[in-house]
Amino acid sequence: MNYNVFNLLWQGLTGNKGWQQAWRSPEPKPRYDAVIIGGGGHGLATAYYLAREHGMTNIALLEKGWLGGGNTGRNTTNVRSDYMFPESAAIYDLALRLYETLGKDLNYNIMLSQRGWLTLIEDQHQMEGARHKANWLQCNGVDGEIIGAGQVAEMMPGLQMDGRYPVRGAFLQKRGGTIRHDAVAWGYARAADRLGVDIIQNCEVQGFEKSGGRIAAIQTSRGRIETDRVGLAVAGHSGAMAEKAGFRLPVTSHCLQAMVSEPVKPFLDHVVISPGTGVYINQTQKGEMVMGGVLDLYHSYGQRGNFPTIEKVVTSAVEMFPTLSQTRLMRHWAGIVDITPDSSPILGQTPVENMYINCGWGTGGFKAIPPGGYMLAHSIAKETPHELAAPFGLNRFRDNRLVDEGAAAGIAH
Amino acid sequence: MIVLNCPYCGQDRHEEELTYGGEAEIIRPLEPEEASDELWTEYLYFRTNPKGTHHEQWCCSGGCGQWFKVARDTVSHDILEVVTFDKRLSA
Ligand SMILES: [Zn+2]
Repeated sequence: MNYNVFNLLWQGLTGNKGWQQAWRSPEPKPRYDAVIIGGGGHGLATAYYLAREHGMTNIALLEKGWLGGGNTGRNTTNVRSDYMFPESAAIYDLALRLYETLGKDLNYNIMLSQRGWLTLIEDQHQMEGARHKANWLQCNGVDGEIIGAGQVAEMMPGLQMDGRYPVRGAFLQKRGGTIRHDAVAWGYARAADRLGVDIIQNCEVQGFEKSGGRIAAIQTSRGRIETDRVGLAVAGHSGAMAEKAGFRLPVTSHCLQAMVSEPVKPFLDHVVISPGTGVYINQTQKGEMVMGGVLDLYHSYGQRGNFPTIEKVVTSAVEMFPTLSQTRLMRHWAGIVDITPDSSPILGQTPVENMYINCGWGTGGFKAIPPGGYMLAHSIAKETPHELAAPFGLNRFRDNRLVDEGAAAGIAH
Repeated sequence: MIVLNCPYCGQDRHEEELTYGGEAEIIRPLEPEEASDELWTEYLYFRTNPKGTHHEQWCCSGGCGQWFKVARDTVSHDILEVVTFDKRLSA
């Protein structure tokens, strides 16, 4: 069933009894042409593009919990594409372009709001860094500009301009903004299901049966599944899954926390990050303030937060917007992100012949869902990486060809 | 929140007073000229990332400034063992 005003009216008038399940809950079949592990945004997008772009429909997606219950449901819903290296620009800007048409592609409102993504400039060094970045972006054909302090103050009336970190301007990407995160998972899930993909929830992968360097079958909590090809899209749990398949990844897992306040009247219609405090903030359509900071620097698989980070984020948010000082925190959560040495993703072939991976997006996984899925689908279908994914192969660590966005774009980890 | 008892100064330090130093007991290739590219790749980029007990190093940076070793559960954050830097972890 599609969601539109006529259905909404009709259901409203008939007691909302006719809404149907958006996707099936099939029993796993004994064999599939390909199996995707991980039912977050990246896995669901992979399933969708495999079916739509490559015509592979005898495929299954396995999710140990519920769809979008991992990082897809635990982020701050921000999207932007202001990365610096040409390789990264190509992939992150593809992400934004795919997001720009995704609602239409899936016939599902993902509530993309390109409200502008501002990185505040708080000292001379940041100004120079921002100019450097703006030039890189221009070379890569990605939009981004520097605006003055006056314009920043005009765009965000509540922002403290002359506090601990005086605002001298901002780097602005107008196409950046926010998306309704659940809608991305649900939209891809419904579209993939309609193309014949079996989406199997509450199905945990327990091990792999290998023969001759290939995966022959997957042992799951819902039985044994034979398959020709396997795609991994499990973010923070990539290392654990790789271990089950018999190889290692240059990935460490960390907690990334975020939190949301009670709803207040709309006063902030942009996304803004302060490099000085490391905190970024935006206001949802419901009026809640969504805030996040830097990740916990120690290894963690504990999907929950802690007080030092809450304190840091909340005090920084009040420093940026003093009017929030009386606002109460409503909810607080954490996701497990997969951090690579160069803060760039790992895409394509693994040491296991018929297993392909999409991981290492670190703190930026949500914004990269469409190309992440697109690239993994390409790897599975063609058994070779997409040209945009080629620089991000696992072999780049062995070859010392890092794509060091941690240094270039100053990603906060 | 992680609280560790520093084995040098004997004080309880919470995570704000500590610095994390990643996996413990990593040894730089002893014969750098002889080490293969694979070994260097392993040493530079690959880290043990267990969902469970992890051997790691922490610094008492808000206190006595000493580095020490800790065995910690990465899911529950239970501290299983803390030893001075010259000792090996057994947990
Ligand atoms: Zn100490």
